[in-house]
Amino acid sequence: MKKNVTINVNGVDHRAAVEPRLLLVHFLREVAGLTGTHVGCETSLCGACTVLLDGRAVKSCTVLTVQADGRKVTTVEGLASGGKLHPIQEGFWEEHGLQCGFCTPGMILCSHDLLEHHPSPTDSEIREAINGNLCRCTGYQHIVAAVRTASRKMSKRVTARAGAR
Amino acid sequence: MATKAKAKTASTNGKAAHWVGKKLKRKEDPRLIQGISHYTDDFKLAGMVYCVLVRSPHAHAEIRAIRTDAARALPGVLAILTSEDTSAIGPVPCAMQMPDLKVPRHPVLAMGRVRYLGEPVAAIVAEDAYTAADAAELVEVDYEPLPVVTDMEKALSADTPYVHDEFKSNQAFTHTLKNGDIDAAFKKADHVVSQRMINQRLAPIAMEPRAVLAEYLPGENRLTVWSSTQIPHLLKTQISIMVGLPETAVRVIAPEVGGGFGSKLNVYAEEGIVPWLAMKLGRPVKWNETRSENFLATIHGRDTINYVELALKKDGAILGLRARILADLGAYHQLLTPLIPQLTALMHAGCYKIPAIQIDVVGVFTNKMSTDAYRGAGRPEACYNVERIMDIGARELGMDPVAFRLKNFPQPKEFPYTTITGLTYDSAKYQESLKKALKLAGYDALRKRQKAGWKIGKYYGIGVSTYVEICAIGPSAATPAGGWESGTVRIEPTGKVTLLTGASPHGQGEETTFAQLIADELGIDPDDINVVHGDTLAVPYGIGTFGSRGTAVGGTAAYLATQKLKVKMATLAAHLLGCKPSDITIGRGRLSAKGGKKSISFGELVMSAYTARNIPAGFEPGMEATHFFEPSNFTFPFGTHIASVEVDAETGEVKIEKYVAVDDCGNVINPMLVDGQIHGGIAQGMGQAMWEELIYNEDGQLLTGSLMDYVIPKAHFFPEFTLDRTVTPSPVNPMGVKGVGEAGTIASTPCMVNAVCDALSPLGVRHIEMPLKPERVWKAIAGAQSGAQSNGQEPQFPPELSRAKRGSSAKASKSSTRRRP
Repeated sequence: MKKNVTINVNGVDHRAAVEPRLLLVHFLREVAGLTGTHVGCETSLCGACTVLLDGRAVKSCTVLTVQADGRKVTTVEGLASGGKLHPIQEGFWEEHGLQCGFCTPGMILCSHDLLEHHPSPTDSEIREAINGNLCRCTGYQHIVAAVRTASRKMSKRVTARAGAR
Repeated sequence: MATKAKAKTASTNGKAAHWVGKKLKRKEDPRLIQGISHYTDDFKLAGMVYCVLVRSPHAHAEIRAIRTDAARALPGVLAILTSEDTSAIGPVPCAMQMPDLKVPRHPVLAMGRVRYLGEPVAAIVAEDAYTAADAAELVEVDYEPLPVVTDMEKALSADTPYVHDEFKSNQAFTHTLKNGDIDAAFKKADHVVSQRMINQRLAPIAMEPRAVLAEYLPGENRLTVWSSTQIPHLLKTQISIMVGLPETAVRVIAPEVGGGFGSKLNVYAEEGIVPWLAMKLGRPVKWNETRSENFLATIHGRDTINYVELALKKDGAILGLRARILADLGAYHQLLTPLIPQLTALMHAGCYKIPAIQIDVVGVFTNKMSTDAYRGAGRPEACYNVERIMDIGARELGMDPVAFRLKNFPQPKEFPYTTITGLTYDSAKYQESLKKALKLAGYDALRKRQKAGWKIGKYYGIGVSTYVEICAIGPSAATPAGGWESGTVRIEPTGKVTLLTGASPHGQGEETTFAQLIADELGIDPDDINVVHGDTLAVPYGIGTFGSRGTAVGGTAAYLATQKLKVKMATLAAHLLGCKPSDITIGRGRLSAKGGKKSISFGELVMSAYTARNIPAGFEPGMEATHFFEPSNFTFPFGTHIASVEVDAETGEVKIEKYVAVDDCGNVINPMLVDGQIHGGIAQGMGQAMWEELIYNEDGQLLTGSLMDYVIPKAHFFPEFTLDRTVTPSPVNPMGVKGVGEAGTIASTPCMVNAVCDALSPLGVRHIEMPLKPERVWKAIAGAQSGAQSNGQEPQFPPELSRAKRGSSAKASKSSTRRRP
């Protein structure tokens, strides 16, 4: 029996009748049509499907769509605004934090959770924070640099905003 | 070389490279970091249906019956096929031809018998993926289990079950590489060291599992297949053979590809089944591999048992090297399965002067998934054997491993250097790379600390690995399916440039690096160059990206196509400006006549080639050139990696303190991307040394078949790698590039094992099998102490580490009396 859900994805409400077993990642990809969230293992071990659920990073391959009913989801497509990249996206671009790009959306959203809650992490804190997200291309070093750069950019912006007040 | 000379005469207006050598941000990244790029699974076609495969839960069994009624009855199920229905599909291809190679028929769905865990036995198509998965659960297969062989040494014994009855043997092929008087070398040796070493089976684990989407339009007779592949053109040819369509009716698109590492340098059963289903059903069909399937049915890497012997003079000179290699091929040959262990044989000279060599390879069938090319593809195994036996030899002689290596390197002036295995190494300065790495690592200080540490029971180890690899694969004579590559450069009427490359990448960043090198040649901005790849309808036939060949072969093809185009541009410019073509220089968006008084803008010139109203007699309108580049030789990148570790002798845990890599890949187009390749390579090579292992039990069940059980290294496993490079251009191509995709993987595996064995040398540990899990390291320590063979293997060692049995240098160790379960 299908269940009606309303999920706000990147600021837009998506209403659908879904099977109770439908995984959130499949809702995002197949129903909402947002394919930036990837499926790498279906077992919450690789992190490619990481999205923000009410601001916290979750692995959307092990969240049921019905669990997200009435909640807010942010996917990688929702980070840039007004044609401007999010500082974390800029960090990944500038520091070559990606090669094949498949783990990147999950890696970016996991880093987003880290930097929102811990704006100035050390390198080893960054490495610990992304340890639920696998990357097979980069050896992680440029990802760590990307998050470090993003942290610097975000704190500058916060300082700039505070100064403007 | 002719190509080199030609390139020089047409080179860009005296200016130093403007874009080549720069840390340019990647052109492909904006779409990837915003999640708006398209991998195969991201395409959704009208009327698309989904395929799921039913796979064997047995490693070896007769299929008695397959009952599909319940599955068929499920609403939404459109088709269920077994081998009876798919007999028209051609077999999974193997590209290798060798005199004694046994090639079993490899059907896309098992026919009567399954031979490895995960072999597909039925294909289901349903309206949606969930229904297809439900239906797969409802398919009942009666299996009659058969005796299983998973141990490659037992597979060669007299009383073994056969994987393929028709061969009456599990020996798939033999291969011997022999040169010099090997028997005399071992006879006259002052010292002979030998070691049995296992190169364990690995899973490539590209983050994007494989995926295939196919659509057939009967009116146009057009089959389009999207596949996560490294070789779209070769795949197109093979799909046409498998499904029986003329090749002109088949288009393959490799869209965004989420990593490959060799695992997508292949042609798989699904790439026959899915297109064929799309043709039969008249609807687009998509298949996504699950991660579990990826572990079971995407090719594996490595899996060899090696017996390596080194003959030495007492002054440290190498007299000869002998190895016998058993290679576990799995149950069937995939595209290049039998080639990989032959590459291993070929690279056994390493970067040393070896007067005599003999390598015997035996390929063995077992009831496992096929092995094939995984990052490094045969070379990591060779480098491991060579670099490990060098360390063991140095220790036997009481020499420092660095001094031992320096003693046996060829000198820079000896290049091009012909090895005992018959290869011609293009260029190298092994000494320079080693010295740079020693300095960067602080080698002398590390050795000092190590000696002091041993006195107080602290076990610091220093691993050195000086590697050479074979890249830019390769000359066609040495490659099963052509070793050349194609490049087409087209300047569009508006002056924008399209580069079509046959070297379809999967994360390497060729859209950026190829644009950099063309931009310098044409004197324009890389942003004005669009690099197109992966679509067989758009791009002339090409080979693909693997074997660290993308830049050295594919990049060279693009470069040489650009040279042809520059000749054409100069001809037209000379006509328009009234001078000789040889007086034309190209740069900064203009073509100028000698003296610089008369010039024409890049855009005007190109437009006039298309309007074609004022062109010289016999001049072909348009502005496009294609080059198919056939390399004259491989390239041979090299370098030195040094690891510093501390081993806890109580627990067997290894702490990686420092990792230094000095690599030489010839000239560098984008240093940031080269560093990225090396980082990733080190991580994978270190993964093999320390954590990764595919374990089949004796029933052929895969015990490490999930990301929970198979350890893909995570960010916090690694220290920050310290990188540097030397630059020794290759004479093999006009750009002097060598290739860098596999260097890190090849060098780092023996480097880590050398480091750990070095740390434990005062305890009598000589060798430990990979991965260096704490349990294994601990057992090796315990075994060495009890006098058993110190290879980290069974038998069970006594649980007690006796203080008395330790070497004198370990007396102060606090660990020595701790009891272990």
